[in-house]
Amino acid sequence: MKKGYLSYLTNGFIKENPVLRLVLGTCPTLAVTTAAINGIGMGVSATIVLVCSNIVISLLRNVIPDKVRIPAFITVIAGFVSVVQMLVKAFLPSIDTALGIYLPLIVVNCIILARAEMFASKNSVVPSILDGLGMGIGFTAVLTLMGAIRELLGAGTVFGLSVTSQFISPMIVFLLPPGGFFVFGILVAASNAIAKKNGKKIVEHLGCENCPSKAMCQNASKCEEVTADE
Amino acid sequence: MNNTTSIVAILLAGILTDNMVLSKFLGICPFLGVSKKPGTAFSMSVAVTLVMVVATAVTHPIYTYLLYPKYTYLETIVFILVIAAIVQLIEIVLKRFIKPVYNALGIYLPLITTNCAVLGVTMLNITENMNFVQSLFNALAAGLGFMLAMLLFAGVRSKIENADVPEFLKGLPITLIAAALVSLSFLGFAGIGG
Repeated sequence: MKKGYLSYLTNGFIKENPVLRLVLGTCPTLAVTTAAINGIGMGVSATIVLVCSNIVISLLRNVIPDKVRIPAFITVIAGFVSVVQMLVKAFLPSIDTALGIYLPLIVVNCIILARAEMFASKNSVVPSILDGLGMGIGFTAVLTLMGAIRELLGAGTVFGLSVTSQFISPMIVFLLPPGGFFVFGILVAASNAIAKKNGKKIVEHLGCENCPSKAMCQNASKCEEVTADE
Repeated sequence: MNNTTSIVAILLAGILTDNMVLSKFLGICPFLGVSKKPGTAFSMSVAVTLVMVVATAVTHPIYTYLLYPKYTYLETIVFILVIAAIVQLIEIVLKRFIKPVYNALGIYLPLITTNCAVLGVTMLNITENMNFVQSLFNALAAGLGFMLAMLLFAGVRSKIENADVPEFLKGLPITLIAAALVSLSFLGFAGIGG
């Protein structure tokens, strides 16, 4: 394997980690990470959709007319999400119950649309597969880490195994919505601190540059005004 | 009678106890991205509410009369396409007939297609077995809840702008931690409306 190819894969792990560096897919990140196992379930489902949709979109990149590409991407993604949804329902019913509505909502997961738009529609199949896989692994890793932290603090267990629940009474707030925002905030702060140490750009706020809808937004220039500092 | 109580309960739940953003984590992107100024936060939430109600009015009958019971597995794909079409349609109609509203909300409309809150609401209406009227009110409540969260948070953020934030928390982290506190305060509503 050439070195160039490997970098497509590893890009998503740390340098362009979709959750911590690009701040995409925040909704599932916050919603399903009440337990480490849910993080893995969500991450793997999203990775499968991401890789499959990247393959198809990359193959069709010269066929899809530019003007209707976003609806076309969404259709492809929605197709794969339906497939994954049915598979999970059939083989992992407990994960299906835990993820609930967030499983079909992978359709609107910004990571997938953003990679389709920014990468798969411009690159050939093999790099697109690697990119999808790398991004998916980066996403899964952060989700699992966050799930593990929230599970440990909120229930005293990790992957359902008792760790501190015997001697420290769990802080249930970490399993509730505020805990999600809080842990995610701390994780972003930590990732920013590491990035800064290595001389990388820190993530200040969500701006237009990362917006997956930027391409279909005819008002991208106005959008800058909306989100720009006063 | 029974219907009225359920509608009040739906409104209370949607706006306060089961708030779209703060307890269901739907629509986080606009919540963090467009909540810097109260004005833009308000316009965005009006646009979201509008799309939510119209999308529910269309997707609910589609599901009940076309997809159910044979083709329920098409829910995801049909709903997202319908929402994308509706957003386009609303944009065209507003542009043609109600220009001032278009000028105020137009920027936000394209962003709403991939807003998980809209797809989320239409799907929750189905999973929670709501009838058509209940669904409409649920969508309205979700939109109003989104608006409440956005406006409250815009206020909090304008305070943060002037606050002395520790270096490592600057930017997104402090925004998320502030969101945690706002969300914590909404936990206090738990229990209202049964």
